[in-house]
Amino acid sequence: MSEKEIITRLKKIVEPYVQRIEGMANFHEETDFLNDLQINSANLVDVVLDVEDEFDIEIDNDSMEGMLTVGDAKSIIQKKLAS
Amino acid sequence: MSKRVVITGMGVAAPNGVGLDNFQNALKQTQSGIRFFPELEELKFSCQIGGKPEITEELLQQYFTPLQLRGLNSSGIVYGVISGTDAWKDAGLSITDTGSPDWDSGIIFGTGILGVDKFREAIHLIDAGKTRRLGSTSVVQTMASGISAYLGGILGCGNQVTTNSSACTTGTEALLMGYDRIKAGKAKRMLVGSCGDHGPYIWGGFDAMRILPNKFNNDPEKASRPMSESAAGFVPGSGAGALVLEDLESANKRGARIYAEVLGGEVNSGGQRGEGSMTAANNEAVQRCIKTALKNSNIKADEIDTINGHLTATTRDSVEILNWTKALKREGSDFPDINSLKGMTGHCLSASGSIESVASVLQIYKGFMFGNINCDDVHPEISKLIDPNKIPNEKINKKINILAKASFGFGDVNAVVLFKKYIA
Repeated sequence: MSEKEIITRLKKIVEPYVQRIEGMANFHEETDFLNDLQINSANLVDVVLDVEDEFDIEIDNDSMEGMLTVGDAKSIIQKKLAS
Repeated sequence: MSKRVVITGMGVAAPNGVGLDNFQNALKQTQSGIRFFPELEELKFSCQIGGKPEITEELLQQYFTPLQLRGLNSSGIVYGVISGTDAWKDAGLSITDTGSPDWDSGIIFGTGILGVDKFREAIHLIDAGKTRRLGSTSVVQTMASGISAYLGGILGCGNQVTTNSSACTTGTEALLMGYDRIKAGKAKRMLVGSCGDHGPYIWGGFDAMRILPNKFNNDPEKASRPMSESAAGFVPGSGAGALVLEDLESANKRGARIYAEVLGGEVNSGGQRGEGSMTAANNEAVQRCIKTALKNSNIKADEIDTINGHLTATTRDSVEILNWTKALKREGSDFPDINSLKGMTGHCLSASGSIESVASVLQIYKGFMFGNINCDDVHPEISKLIDPNKIPNEKINKKINILAKASFGFGDVNAVVLFKKYIA
């Protein structure tokens, strides 16, 4: 799966949780879930579950803790898809 | 001077009408909200009927954000948020997303148990070793105070925000708790009400107790028969009712429409002594609750012109009437007119007190009394005590000045409130 496709799918997943819509206009690897998109930290759990369903992978607690930006999420997804 | 408390807004999600206008029409036309549920038949319930508000997807989207709707599976929260938000808007109060919370407004919104369908989802996941798949809203959808928490966030209330629970007395108790808080000068307005989930996991326990009717599965609208000789148990219901209580001074200052005044009331318990038990009321306590409610409201028994009873359609109905006649020292044709909403909605359990309070206040404001359906055969024990003409079968137009509303619940708990027509 291409990086571009992963990011496109990721964008769609996070959309319902985003409280700062402007952040979506400039959705790139450095976009920070909490600061740029103002996703409620409790909802990160739901984002992870949605990512698991979309990519048919499992994201353990340690991986989740390192998932702060779009780029982090992309790398984790790539790693899980490869394993 | 002591504060006066008035009702300035109302909302309702009842089995026979969602929204104040629909509900009022249903009351005037004595429309039943009792339906047959195939799911209950499949689950081999004895009683396969119930009362459940009809909520469309479009309606849900008016009250919840797409994010709130994700994984929302708590019917009590749905009914509570719809009725609570409606009451707030009906009172002419605004909702702002920015700035400080409204420190003068609080919420007391009760429930019996919340989010059982969500809890079931969680139990299945946990038992399958998938606790991590629960998502972030399992807690807030199933904690009892979930309903006051949802409403508190939607409305931005900064005063006390809490949930009470006292079985079928819950809604009436919430109203009196909110009244007390305003009376004490601790809040200018309180959104009070209660909600109750629907479905087999709520109703199953009652079905097992064999206190629900089982002979009306083919004729649901005839099943709920308060005060009738052929009453065969209560029909389980669900929904929510909400009222905005407000300090009269504050209501006048902002030019709010006033539906009625809350004169006061009383809550007590029979301590499960005497004939009182976990499931039955102690008669002395019921009578005492009525008498003390009158005293607290500075009202004499003969000033009551209408009663909205608890009257669930069980054999206990005649005992309730006996308690009213003793407490008020009024019987026969001297007894006030009386009705029970449960003929149309079933027994909405924790939501009943607030839905019935909304119905009571609508009657005062609009000058009518809704009819008692399914009571063309008044129970002989009841007609021995009061003139059957005091139990109208159809809507009557009537100027109501003072109405008494009672709710009784498991645990031998009682609540009585007195409403009065407001004349500016």
